[in-house]
Amino acid sequence: MKYALALIALVASPAAAKTIIVTAGDNAQERLQGALLDAKPGDVVEIGAGRFDLTDGLSLDVAKVTIRGAGPDKTMLAFKGQLGAGEGLLVTSDDVVLRDFAVENTKGDGIKSKGADRIVYKNIRVEWTGGPKETNGAYGVYPVESSQILIDGVTVKGASDAGIYVGQSSDIIVRNSTASGNVAGIEIENSRHADVTGNTATHNTGGILVFDLPNLPRGGGGDVRVWGNKSIDNDQANFAPKGNIVATVPRGTGVLVMANDQVWVTDNDLSGNATANVMITSYRNAFTDTKYNPYPRRVDVSGNRQGKAGYDPQLPGADQLKAAFGGSLPPVLWDGAVKGENGIRVADGVAVLSLNLPQGAPLSSAKPAPADLSKVPAMPTRGPVVLPTSMEAAAR
Amino acid sequence: MTPAIAWMRRASLAVSAACLVMILGVAARPASLVNDAAILQDGYAPALSDYGFFADLKARTPATRVTPYHLNTPLFSDYAEKQRFLYVPAGKKATYAPSAAFDFPVGSALIKTFGYEQNGAFKPLETRLLLHRAEGWVAIPYVWNADGSDAVLKRAGTRIPVTFIDPSGKPRTISYSVPNQNQCKDCHSLAGAITPIGPKARNLNDGRQLAALVSAGLLDRAPANAPRLARWDDPAAPIDARARAYLDTNCAHCHNPRGAASNSGLFLGWDVPNAVTRGIAKRPVAAGRGSGDRDFDIDPGRPEDSILLYRMASTDPGIAMPELGRATTHDEAIALLIQWILEMEPRRG
Repeated sequence: MKYALALIALVASPAAAKTIIVTAGDNAQERLQGALLDAKPGDVVEIGAGRFDLTDGLSLDVAKVTIRGAGPDKTMLAFKGQLGAGEGLLVTSDDVVLRDFAVENTKGDGIKSKGADRIVYKNIRVEWTGGPKETNGAYGVYPVESSQILIDGVTVKGASDAGIYVGQSSDIIVRNSTASGNVAGIEIENSRHADVTGNTATHNTGGILVFDLPNLPRGGGGDVRVWGNKSIDNDQANFAPKGNIVATVPRGTGVLVMANDQVWVTDNDLSGNATANVMITSYRNAFTDTKYNPYPRRVDVSGNRQGKAGYDPQLPGADQLKAAFGGSLPPVLWDGAVKGENGIRVADGVAVLSLNLPQGAPLSSAKPAPADLSKVPAMPTRGPVVLPTSMEAAAR
Repeated sequence: MTPAIAWMRRASLAVSAACLVMILGVAARPASLVNDAAILQDGYAPALSDYGFFADLKARTPATRVTPYHLNTPLFSDYAEKQRFLYVPAGKKATYAPSAAFDFPVGSALIKTFGYEQNGAFKPLETRLLLHRAEGWVAIPYVWNADGSDAVLKRAGTRIPVTFIDPSGKPRTISYSVPNQNQCKDCHSLAGAITPIGPKARNLNDGRQLAALVSAGLLDRAPANAPRLARWDDPAAPIDARARAYLDTNCAHCHNPRGAASNSGLFLGWDVPNAVTRGIAKRPVAAGRGSGDRDFDIDPGRPEDSILLYRMASTDPGIAMPELGRATTHDEAIALLIQWILEMEPRRG
């Protein structure tokens, strides 16, 4: 019976997967977009080495397709002359693998995947090649409203919002990736069950951000582990257009946790962050979303290797603060907003500065004072996020 | 055999069958019948003429049961003039719906030709088709040839340089964008499935049109209490109704909980009750450069501080809204929305 079923499955299987090859040259827009439209589930769209000058956003809406280049420094999708669309490449189908190519100088976001479950971003580079500028696009890689996301070996440089941004999603791994010269290096927003590990975030305004914001379809962010990363020398002046939440991130922030329930920040190398290596804060704006919880709850900061921090804090009254604390601030900053038991633990053997600010109170009303959060019970850790073996295989 | 040739062979069989029917039917009328098989079968006809939507394609004289319609408040498409037709196969009718687009039977088609007046005559650039097949709607663009005699399939989209005179009498030169097939879906997608946008009761209801569709046997009913969207450019209508109508047709196909902009949390449908959800004093989430250093999507009383207007007034792809199909600004609509926001009660504090 088992044999018969297998035979039926074999007979019923669709036509053999094929590889569609697109080489560099004239009319790249139509040829590449044409290939993405012609692809069938199981196909590989192979983009050759070279520079592809594109005038519009590309998009893929076919499930189980792999887009593969010749390498992130060999296959360049160049959007300097982009005339339309909000991103360089948009993926709206499931089980897609993106690997081994670069997206450069998009007017808006680099690569967006929306409602695209089980997507793999592997060995991708997204870059604004003119360095950090307010005119750069917002997000480098931008999966949103998806479940099961693997971002592995990705490099993003120059995003005017977040280099690697995962929003309103669940079951997420961001690993072995590099974000530099962005406003936010890596940002996990309104998402659940995420691992951020083995990454390097450097020369951003803020290195790694874990945010939960109000008035969004998917809220209740949390269950995020940030471990084994390097968030160092995040010294980029903030160049995000105002109005965006990351425009409020102070230069020199290593890891920033805003709102969220259950965040582990452990075993990271944190140093060279002029405001703070770790900042823990409530959402500070007014909001009307009755389902939203603006407080960070159950945040465990422990086992990190904390280096130099707090030596040039980008906060109001910085000079007074520095003087009061012996020339530089403690490496961990907490806004001090509490409602009931927040369960915030900092056990890195370093001092913590609380601003003693109720949620929503203006920064000018801060009453900074040291806080000892080391006696808070440790939060039991959880096992790593596990994604389907097919996704891991695609990322090898 | 290329897919196009294979397609033509299959379609030609269908056309032959249709011709046979016509001959046997003894030409009771000079019937120009739509090629139903072309609508229904897999793949896409290589040319617009293959569908037979028009008795005279160059003049765009519609075939039998291909019926022109208009909308109270249409989508702005770079000042392009649009000729809209709907087709419902013989013996079938669309089903009225009070809120969603009408439920068109399988085999139906929506045909929309975009063009500009050039040297005193309408010059078509592209025709977009929505075809209702057994497995759902498909959306595809066709681009017209230079002499306007036919249009060819252009799944990957294209750009066409155009110069035209805008309503204020000013010439504008733009790179007109014919969307690729995925971009068609971007706007026409509800929860991942392609769906028509225009033919909704509220946007078709001008007091006469719904009843006319019923009389023509294309629609099952036209309730007297059908909702009616304001005309965005009707000076006699309240400004709130005009502005909300404009946002409903120009934004809400993406900005709704099941649309392409669902993650923004900004929903601009005409019936969205929550003010923050509609953008009033709502902070942006993923606006990037689109924020323009402004804090709120709509800052009531302060159009100059409202992100919505900043994005409408831009043609930079990293800023502009809508993201697709707009290479120039809709100045008259911007003026309307400025006035609308000015008249709102300002935020306190």
